[in-house]
Amino acid sequence: MTMLLDIIGGLLLVAGTAFLLFGGLGLVRMPDVFNRIQAGTKATTLGTLLTLAGATCLQPAWGVKLLLIGLFLLFTNPLSSQVLARAAHRSGAGKSEKTSIDRLEEDQRKKP
Amino acid sequence: METSDKAESGAHNQVILFTTLFLFWIMLNGTLAADTLLIGALASLSIALLLPNGLSFFTELQDTPQALVAGVRYYGYFFKELVRSNIKLTAIVLTRDLPIQPGIVKVRTKLKSRMGRLMLANSITLTPGTLTVELDGEWLYVHWVTVESTDIDAATAKIVSGFERYLEVMYG
Amino acid sequence: MVDWLIHLAALFAGVAFLLALTRFIKGPSAADRVVAFDVLTIISITGIVLAALTEGRGIYLDVALVYALLSFLGVIVVARYLEGGF
Repeated sequence: MTMLLDIIGGLLLVAGTAFLLFGGLGLVRMPDVFNRIQAGTKATTLGTLLTLAGATCLQPAWGVKLLLIGLFLLFTNPLSSQVLARAAHRSGAGKSEKTSIDRLEEDQRKKP
Repeated sequence: METSDKAESGAHNQVILFTTLFLFWIMLNGTLAADTLLIGALASLSIALLLPNGLSFFTELQDTPQALVAGVRYYGYFFKELVRSNIKLTAIVLTRDLPIQPGIVKVRTKLKSRMGRLMLANSITLTPGTLTVELDGEWLYVHWVTVESTDIDAATAKIVSGFERYLEVMYG
Repeated sequence: MVDWLIHLAALFAGVAFLLALTRFIKGPSAADRVVAFDVLTIISITGIVLAALTEGRGIYLDVALVYALLSFLGVIVVARYLEGGF
């Protein structure tokens, strides 16, 4: 029984870090800052959550603290991405030439 | 932003903030010893008193059974979307010519509460190909990796509606 | 078996760290570097959890929690700076 839980935990760890790896790859490959934030934030959130779940399987006694880290990241990770995206847009970060539309810029131009 | 009585909702929010902080403290320490609880209560109380508009997970959460059911279903839907968004992004990153067509679209939300809007923005950021860039009252500006529609109503239906139907019951 | 899986996970996290580090060095804008920094921190948190598992020491988790807290504050502060207002 513990053996099975251990193996599930180990597999969750590998799956989680694999998502981190794809997130890192996205960070390198994506053409502009907004797409990079997208790749970074989603992959790291799921990646860490899976890793924490895997650690809980391996060390059930740490469950509460791991849950706390997970909850904290689940709430702050998207938040810091949003604040960063807003800052990037306000500071006029370059957008990829593939970008088709920017309603935010249109609306900001309308305002005095 | 709110129409309700400012002073009363302020005190109510402070009580909720105190409870959240205190729970967080207990979880962090993993003990119910009297001295630990006392220090935690004092620290939580001073923070709650300093922040009259303090925002916590439970602020403006409706206390109806329907809200609880909606909350559970919200998290089920949320994790499903989180996994889907990662698979989609992984597929894009692993494709040689990077099939993206990004853009920033404008969507509208029916949610009125601050916490509801914050949760919506967070959810949008973690779901397939979307990232909230700016919040402006009921308007949200969303960066979309592959723009499927630039029309406000169509984009709202695609991006916002899935979460909104749960959050509406949870936070109003 | 489990040790082997933890080591594989650590290898993945290490490669992810190097990829994010590439973006951190290349930039080109400050915002790109902050995104890379944010991702680097989160990969480090995963690394700390993996270290806690191999060493069997739960106290490392407190380090991970405080690190998550500080990184969040750091990103917010730098973002405010980029917007040009405090």
